[in-house]
Amino acid sequence: MLQLSQIFKVFNEGTTDEKAALENVFLDLKDGDFVTVIGSNGAGKSTLMNLIAGNLTPDVGKILIDKKDVTRLKEHERSKLIGRVFQDPMAGTAPSMTIEENMAMAYSRTRKRSFIAKGVTKSRKTFFKEQLESLGLGLEDRLNAKVGFLSGGERQALSLLMATFTDPSILLLDEHTAALDPSRAELITDKTKEIVGKNELTTLMVTHNMQQALDLGNRLIMMDKGQIIFEAEGEEKQRLTVERLLEEFQKIQGKQLANDRAILSH
Amino acid sequence: MFTALFGSVELGLIYGIMALGVYLSFRVLNFPDLTVDGSFVTGGAVAAIMIVSGYSPILATLAAVAAGFIAGSITGTLHAKGKINPLLSGILMMIALYSINLRIMGNSPNIPLMREETIMTMFQSFWATLPFDGWMTSLFTTLNLPFTPSTWGILLFAILIVVVVKLFTDFFLSTEVGLAIRATGDNPRMISSLSANTDRLKILGLGISNAFVALSGAIVTQYSSFVDVNMGIGMIIIGLASVIIGEAIFGKGSIFKITIAVIVGAVIYRMVVALALRVGFLETGDMKLITAIIVIGALVVPRLLENGKERRRKYRKARKIKEQYGGEKSVAATKSDL
Repeated sequence: MLQLSQIFKVFNEGTTDEKAALENVFLDLKDGDFVTVIGSNGAGKSTLMNLIAGNLTPDVGKILIDKKDVTRLKEHERSKLIGRVFQDPMAGTAPSMTIEENMAMAYSRTRKRSFIAKGVTKSRKTFFKEQLESLGLGLEDRLNAKVGFLSGGERQALSLLMATFTDPSILLLDEHTAALDPSRAELITDKTKEIVGKNELTTLMVTHNMQQALDLGNRLIMMDKGQIIFEAEGEEKQRLTVERLLEEFQKIQGKQLANDRAILSH
Repeated sequence: MFTALFGSVELGLIYGIMALGVYLSFRVLNFPDLTVDGSFVTGGAVAAIMIVSGYSPILATLAAVAAGFIAGSITGTLHAKGKINPLLSGILMMIALYSINLRIMGNSPNIPLMREETIMTMFQSFWATLPFDGWMTSLFTTLNLPFTPSTWGILLFAILIVVVVKLFTDFFLSTEVGLAIRATGDNPRMISSLSANTDRLKILGLGISNAFVALSGAIVTQYSSFVDVNMGIGMIIIGLASVIIGEAIFGKGSIFKITIAVIVGAVIYRMVVALALRVGFLETGDMKLITAIIVIGALVVPRLLENGKERRRKYRKARKIKEQYGGEKSVAATKSDL
């Protein structure tokens, strides 16, 4: 479904601010995989997301979605295949437009937009209503409300629905519960589980929350300094605990520290 | 006085088309587009030169619309592809259009259209075959009203064309592309993650916006039988004034209501100017100053009213709480010797 091969990305190359954001990253998501990505700040998680979505292009390497090479495609060209939810609940919806208009824009993601066809039609309205009902937030009764009047949690739930109801090849979740209060975050986490499970979406989710990374998905990867340093899949992932993850992280970091020391002492 | 007001309603409606264009760029796309000052004249110039050269006024007007669209798309391209700041792209295009307009007009700063057939005279001669004006005149005389407009044809024509443009705007903004254009102004990050090419949408939106502006310029030219290379100066401010006055009076509702508000705003603006010019000490040359003052007023007055309301609300609340909790219980002496 999604293949990254030998991805390198450096920011500010050749200056004193040079920073290798991704180094030799390989990643292969099979159809229906739900991968959670963890790592500290600056580990390269966001860069990875932006490379897949097309906000950035890699210096070296290839990105394939659905066996199609998208490495050189722009964000708006790629997003025909990608559903994305941002960390900021304000980022995924247009505030001065109504719920139904926002849904209509998401509905057009996979197709060419028409100059003459109305975005919101009667039959689409019924469809949007059904979809919104599945969220269980009562948004289906507020189709004509401007999205700017919704709470952060409601907006994020709407963003999640908008990213998923058109069945994307890849779903990117970019710390999408991080900006919400705990109860709302839990709601969105539950909805994510439900929607991804129901539609068997191939998903890549970045999170800061280790417990969330363990609870969701069938695969987990840990990143550090632009590299994937740990992977767990299936039963191995199910047996993981936060303690084990931290241990693993320290073990790898310790090794690197030892390496650094060895290099410096010579 | 009434004649002047009647004329300003006619003119206000025609300028309403331009105001709808400014609404598209300024409010929908969130792009302060100064191309307007140039593209208004471009519309007038293209229409005038074609009419003088013997083309049909309808064809001339359509050509003006196309010219406006091209001008707007170039501004959009400068911004979207050339990564030039929105204000600067508009200013550059405005300056460039000044020379282009002169060229279109055959290097003469103005073209009179006296005795030429225009879209106005065409409609007028059709209108004259209808008995409507006669009815209105007799109605006005029996009612003993102080003035009788010589014809209602121009007013009706202006209403007709501005309504067509308004309905087109309403419809277009509800299509799939229209929704994406609105989202480009509202949340570009979101709409490009939904597979919309924001660059292309901006170019298209600015094209349509300036097509409206040029249409307005073409009709104003045919209304006044005259085009001047300087007639676009300050046009953007007039458009803004119309949008802001409309919003101040009608508030921000659905697109359908806002487009009405913008047109009414344009008419009110014209009426205020007409009334202001009747004040003894003001001259025609003061027009731009009056415009600026109207816009400043429309921007500042609603805020002042809001502030006043808020102050009164707080004052009332403070008094109520004082009554409830009984005055100065814990007012400690503040240290003043710091």
